[in-house]
Amino acid sequence: MSENRDSVARETVAFMRSSLSRRRILQAAGIGGVAAVAAACGASGDTGSATASTAAAAPDLSDSEKTLQWSNWPGYMDTNDKTGTRPSLDAFIKQSGVNVTYTEDINDNNEFYAKVRTQLEQGQPIDRDIVVLTDWMAALWIESGFVQQLDKSVMPNASSNVIDKLQNVAFDPGRQYSLPWQSGFGLFGWNKSKLKELIGTDTMTSVDQLFNPKLKGRVTVLSEMRDTMGIIMAWQGNDPSNFTEAQFMQAIDALRTQIDNGQIRSVEGNSYMSDMESGNVVAVIGWSGDVIQLGKNFGIALPETGGTLWTDNMMIPALAAHKKNAELIMNYYYDPEVAAQVSAYVQYISPVKGAQEAMKKVDPSLVDNEWIFPTSQTLERTYVFMTLTAEQDVKYQREFQKAIGN
Amino acid sequence: MAHVLPAVAVTPAIAEASKRKSRVAYFLLIPGLAWLAIFFVVPLVTLFMTSLQTESVTSPGKYVPGLQLSNYTDALAEYWPQFLRSFLYAGLATGFALLIAYPLAYFIAFKAGNWRSLMLVLVVAPSFASFLLRTYAWKTILADDGPVTSTLNSLHLLPDGRILNTGIAVVAGLTYNFLPFMVLPLYASLDKIDYRLIEAGNDLYGSPQQVFRKVTWPLSLPGVVAGTLLTFIPAAGDFINAELLGSTKDKMIGNVIQTNFIEFRDYPTASALSFALMTVILVMVLSYIRRSGTEDLV
Repeated sequence: MSENRDSVARETVAFMRSSLSRRRILQAAGIGGVAAVAAACGASGDTGSATASTAAAAPDLSDSEKTLQWSNWPGYMDTNDKTGTRPSLDAFIKQSGVNVTYTEDINDNNEFYAKVRTQLEQGQPIDRDIVVLTDWMAALWIESGFVQQLDKSVMPNASSNVIDKLQNVAFDPGRQYSLPWQSGFGLFGWNKSKLKELIGTDTMTSVDQLFNPKLKGRVTVLSEMRDTMGIIMAWQGNDPSNFTEAQFMQAIDALRTQIDNGQIRSVEGNSYMSDMESGNVVAVIGWSGDVIQLGKNFGIALPETGGTLWTDNMMIPALAAHKKNAELIMNYYYDPEVAAQVSAYVQYISPVKGAQEAMKKVDPSLVDNEWIFPTSQTLERTYVFMTLTAEQDVKYQREFQKAIGN
Repeated sequence: MAHVLPAVAVTPAIAEASKRKSRVAYFLLIPGLAWLAIFFVVPLVTLFMTSLQTESVTSPGKYVPGLQLSNYTDALAEYWPQFLRSFLYAGLATGFALLIAYPLAYFIAFKAGNWRSLMLVLVVAPSFASFLLRTYAWKTILADDGPVTSTLNSLHLLPDGRILNTGIAVVAGLTYNFLPFMVLPLYASLDKIDYRLIEAGNDLYGSPQQVFRKVTWPLSLPGVVAGTLLTFIPAAGDFINAELLGSTKDKMIGNVIQTNFIEFRDYPTASALSFALMTVILVMVLSYIRRSGTEDLV
């Protein structure tokens, strides 16, 4: 049954892709199958073996094989919705002669990791030259030695065009192993007219409003621990980028209270958008790209106490056979004009310096869009969630999942 | 085949031929057996062995082969509410599915006439859409402002004022999604009933209720047993309905297994839960079949 559902999930993902942004894809659905496969293939059989601490490089076949395998999230690349072609990618293929196989097979960080973990741990190639993973998962890959160091000498754009805020991240100082693909905010989204009806205002600034009893049963929060807990911790006056276990537990207690008293209707990873559209849910903790796509009738704002900022990062897995081709295309996407083209479509934050300037040519209406090109004042109101060790990650995940009923 | 022939009549030639035939029969079994061995037995053994793994002392978070029986007791101690809830929801869904499916299957088998094929197609047709989309559709059907919820709300029948994100929605979703698995075996079994037996019951002055109780129902029992099993087993292990239609208080064992596999990467606990679920279901199924006295029919 679960294999069946897995294929069903993929089919559905393919079907809904055109209208869904990358975060909305049905993460949960694909997971069961992967879990079953992981168990069936004995993915856990050799987990006792020590992981490699240095990234393994394979002979680079880039010069002889003009190909590249890129795995990314669905809805994360500019696409011509009528023809289904990908303009920026096609332009690269034409210009470089490198034939890119672009696969949208990452629906969930943990799910993707479960799929390739055995090969990575056993030192086998995963047949991908670029993968795109969120900060904390990227950190785990870098720490485990699953990725190769980037050769910045062949990628001049990428060396100079990473925006300052993302230049020196804790898990990869100086961006030796990873480059941001897109970033996004964890923040508030709400239905303006319904909010006005229920609490008398159509703006939302504080988590107190989210937990206003008049919104009982009309609120959802994300099942992504880092976004939900980050926003709650910031609301409690703690620092999500540097907190203690007690502070985390304090936030868990707050979450649990709001779940138990019925304020939070459900905790959702992907389906909150449809609940917003149908009016079941009035206010959410959601992701910026999603909320923007809902349109004018919906409000979007960072909580005054702070929202979260996350980034999905391009990396070259260990033993990838086309490292130079991968570096070439990363460099290509750090060309401001190309970056603007992508951001105009996906509506997430561009990590590329100069993309805002280049946007004037691509789509002037988006140049001043706070959610694609946030000002430094906006960025100051966001937190990047603390980097957790593997043990901390599991410990906190357990607390969080227990609070949300798993 | 050989054993049905009288022993004296077996000439060497016939014996030879039947031996060849049975060899062919065994040969034809190979693909099925190989399939079962590779995709059922091997994963099952792996699952069982994983469920006994123990956490490595040297590298926490990694698991090594072991004999950690406490994986089972710990998992059950922590997740018994979800376990019970799975059986409760699956049981309710199976009951409702039976209530809905029996009259439907009865109608198709005995009354539908020329419409029979069309109705069977209609029963199966929803399965052409993906399971996930069908479940998503229920979010729309049960929406807070939708006709179903508004109607029930105006009658003050809903304690929470909503259906979506409650246990009711999960049971409704399960009932709907597995309904065809109830209808089809019931239909197959009702269709096989010799209608003259029912007529005979009527002729012998049986009231409609008596005829149903003494003739139709017992004869349809194999379908009832097959249908309830085909509905209950997948429903108990389902996690999509609880995920999409339920709230945090409606999580089932499938959700917990998924979380343990994917979020915690705790393969032993997840495997122990899966294995325990399989065992409990197997025991329930066996005792159910025994009680309903249909070992030879299912």
